[in-house]
Amino acid sequence: MLLNISRVLLVFLLCLGSAPGWVQEVDKQEMRGLDEQVQEIKSDVLSISQELSRLEEKLLYPSGTQIAIFVELATGDQMRLDAVRLQIDGQLVAHYIYSFKELEALRKGGVQRVYVGNVATGDHGLTVLVNGKLGSGADFSHTEQFSFHKDVKPKLVGLTLAGSDSGNKPIVLGEW
Amino acid sequence: MIRASRQLLGLGLTLGLGVCPAAAADLRDLYFGEALYHAYQGQYFEALERLDTELAQYHGLDEPALDSLHFHINDAEFSVGDFELNYRMHQRAGRAIKAVLEGAVDEAVRNEAAFRLARIHFQKDQFDSALEALARIEGTVPEEIKDDVEFLRANIYMATGQPSDAVKTLEPLRSDVSLAGFVAYNLGIALLLDGRPQEALAQLDKAGQLAAGDPADLAIRDKSNLVLGTILFESSDFERARQSLDRIRLEGPFSNQALLRAGWADATAEHFDRALVPWNILVDREPTDAAVQEALLAAPHAYASLNLHGRAALMYGRALELYSTQIERVDASIVSIRDGTFLNALDREETRQDKDWVIRLRSLPDAPETYYLMELMASHDFQTALQNYLDLGDLRSKLISWNSSLDAFDDIIRLRGQNYEPLLPEVDAEFRELDSRIRLRLEQRKHLGERLQAMLTAPRPDQLATADEQIAGERIALIETQLGDSDSPEALRLHQRAARLRGAITWSLETEYHERLTAAHVHLNELNEHIDILTRHYDSFVRTRQAAAHSYVGYDTQIERLRQRVGDAQQRVDLLIARQGHMIETVAINQLAARRERLVAQQTQARYAVADSYDRATRAQTDEEGR
Repeated sequence: MLLNISRVLLVFLLCLGSAPGWVQEVDKQEMRGLDEQVQEIKSDVLSISQELSRLEEKLLYPSGTQIAIFVELATGDQMRLDAVRLQIDGQLVAHYIYSFKELEALRKGGVQRVYVGNVATGDHGLTVLVNGKLGSGADFSHTEQFSFHKDVKPKLVGLTLAGSDSGNKPIVLGEW
Repeated sequence: MIRASRQLLGLGLTLGLGVCPAAAADLRDLYFGEALYHAYQGQYFEALERLDTELAQYHGLDEPALDSLHFHINDAEFSVGDFELNYRMHQRAGRAIKAVLEGAVDEAVRNEAAFRLARIHFQKDQFDSALEALARIEGTVPEEIKDDVEFLRANIYMATGQPSDAVKTLEPLRSDVSLAGFVAYNLGIALLLDGRPQEALAQLDKAGQLAAGDPADLAIRDKSNLVLGTILFESSDFERARQSLDRIRLEGPFSNQALLRAGWADATAEHFDRALVPWNILVDREPTDAAVQEALLAAPHAYASLNLHGRAALMYGRALELYSTQIERVDASIVSIRDGTFLNALDREETRQDKDWVIRLRSLPDAPETYYLMELMASHDFQTALQNYLDLGDLRSKLISWNSSLDAFDDIIRLRGQNYEPLLPEVDAEFRELDSRIRLRLEQRKHLGERLQAMLTAPRPDQLATADEQIAGERIALIETQLGDSDSPEALRLHQRAARLRGAITWSLETEYHERLTAAHVHLNELNEHIDILTRHYDSFVRTRQAAAHSYVGYDTQIERLRQRVGDAQQRVDLLIARQGHMIETVAINQLAARRERLVAQQTQARYAVADSYDRATRAQTDEEGR
C-alpha cells in the first residue's frame, strides 16, 4: 500500500515543518544578486575601515609614543569581573565596566584592548585596580602597582586577571 | 524534489555543522585574542577588521616566523573564514579557506579546511563543488569532524538526487550520539527517496522514538513522527498514523500540524467523535496559524457528520467571524507593511542582539503583521535577507560616523600645523647650530679614542702630559730659547736647571705612563656615558622633530581618498538598503496575499456551510417535531 507514494506527497512531506519556499525562482535570482552586492560592499567597507584604523593610529597614536593595554582572564577562572581601573603615572587613563557578553568573551579566551594612548619613552608606573565577585559570591577588589619601560617602538602590555580564590596571582603583567 | 530536500537539510545542518570561532588556547598574540574577543560577542565586522589587518601585516613581514601571530597562523586563517561565514560573506570565506587548503599545512589542517570549504559550497547550493572539496579529504581526518564530514556528504547526496549513496553514508553514522536524531530522520527520508518505503517507515518509526533531551532533538523527533504519521495516513493506515501523531508533543513546533492530521486520521476512518478531540484543542489556539484556521472548518464538519447540525452551525458561524477578522487583519498588515512599519519593527537593537528574535517579535508593539509572518521570518532565505538589511544599516551608521572622524582628522591636522609651523623654523635653526657643535665634539672624541688606541702599540708618553706639564714644558723650551747659545757660566747653570726640570717631567711621563694610559681609558669610557646620553637626546630630538612633521604633513591625499571611498560606499549602501528593504516588504506582502487568498476561500466555504448547517438543523428539528 505504500508503494504508490506520489511525488507530490513526498515533496509535501519533505516540506513539513520547514519554512515555506517564499521566494519565487525569479526573486531568488534577484535575491542572490543582491546578496552578492551586499557581500561586495561589506568587503569594501572592511577595507575602508582598515585604512581608517591605520590612519587613526598614525595620527593619534604614533608608534614612538603608543601604548596599548590588554586585559584577559586566566584560563578557566570563574571570577565575575566587574570593572578594571588603570592609572599611568598616577593619572587615570581607563575605567571599564564589563557587560555580561564582554565577560563571557573574556572567559572564552578573548583579549580586550582596554586602553590605547601615548606615553613618552622611559620608565612609567602602572596602577591596576580590579573589582569583581569570586565564585563564592564574595566581593573581590585588588590593586597592584607595576613599572614598565617604554621604548621607541609601540608598547603592548597584557594584564592577566584571576580571582583570589583561584590560586593564581590576581594580576599578572606581561610585556610584548 | 531537490529543493525540498535542501529545506529539510537546513535544520540538520544548522545544528550538525554550525561554525564557531577557533579556540584561543595558550594565546601568544594579543591582537588575535582581540579579534576573538569581538567574535565571541558576535561583532564579526570588528573581528574581521582586526584579524585582516594582523594577517596582512604578518604576510608582509620578511621573517613572519618571528611574529607572535606565527604561533596561531593556522587558527587565524581558519578564523578569518569563520568570521566571514558568520558575517555572511560566503565568497570571501571560500577564498580564505581555499588559501589554507593550498598552503603548506599538515594533513589534518588541510582536511578540516576541505570540510569547511565543502560546507560553504553546500550552503551556496554548489553541490558539485562541495563534493569536489570533500574528495580532497584524505589520510588523517580530525576526530571531532569525522562524523560531520560524512553527515555533510550524505546531505549532498540527498540534495543531488542520490538517495542510495546517502543511505550508504548515513548507515554507519547511526551510532553517533550528537547527530543521532538528525541521522535517523535523514536516513528515513533517504530510504523514502530511494524507493524503499517499508524500510523508510521502520526507520522513521525508530527516529520518532529516540530518547531526546535538548529542544533540537525533541523537534527532529516530532518531525519524524509527523512525516511518518502523514505517510501512514495517506496509505489509509489510520490507526498507526494516529499512534505516530500522538507521540508528538502538544507544545512543540509541530504540535498544531500533528493535531490537525490526527483529527483527519480519525475523521477519514469515520471516527468523527475521536477526530473532535484534537480539533477542539486546536480551534482554541493562535488563530493566525494555518492549521488552526483549517481546524475551524474541520471541527464543525465532524459535528455535522455526527448529525449535530446545530453545534456545527454555531461553529461555522464562529469560523466565519474569525475569517472576517483575520482578513481585515491581513489587509491592515499589508497596508502597514507598505507604510514601512514592518521594516521599522524589524530594525531594532533586540533583533541584532537576541538570537531568539523571531519568537520575541511576537511581543513587539506596532507590528501586527509579525503574527502572520512568523513562519516566513523563521525561514533561512528571509533571515539572510533581513540580516543583510540590518548589516547594511550598521554599515551606513559606520560610514556616517567615519565621515565625522575624517572631518575631525582634518581639524587635528590643521591645528597641529598652526601650532608647529611658526615654531619649527626657529627650532630647526637652533638644532642646526647644536648639531654642528655635537658633531665637532663627537669628532674630537673619536680622534682621542684613535690616539689612545694607537698608543697601545706605539707608546707616546708626551701625549699623556697634564696641562701643567705641557705649560711647564713650553716654558722650559722658551727659557732654553732665550738662553740661546750663550756659554756664560750663568747661562750654563740655567741650561742645567732647565734640563733637570725637563728630565723631571720626562721621568714622570715615562714612569707614570701606564697609569696615565689606564686613567685616560677610564676617562674616555666616562666620556662614552655622556656621549651615549647625548646621542639618546639627539635621537630623541630627531624622532620628535620627525613626529612633529608627520603629525600634520602628508595626510591630505589619503584623507581625500578615504572621504571619496566613504562617500561612494555610502551611496551604494543607501541604494542596497532601499532594494533589500523593498524585497523584504514584497515577499512579506506576497506571503500575506497568499494567506488572504486562502482565508477568503475558507470564508466562502464557511458561508455556504453555515447556511447548509442551519437548514439541516432546522430540517432535523422539524422532523423531530413531526415525529
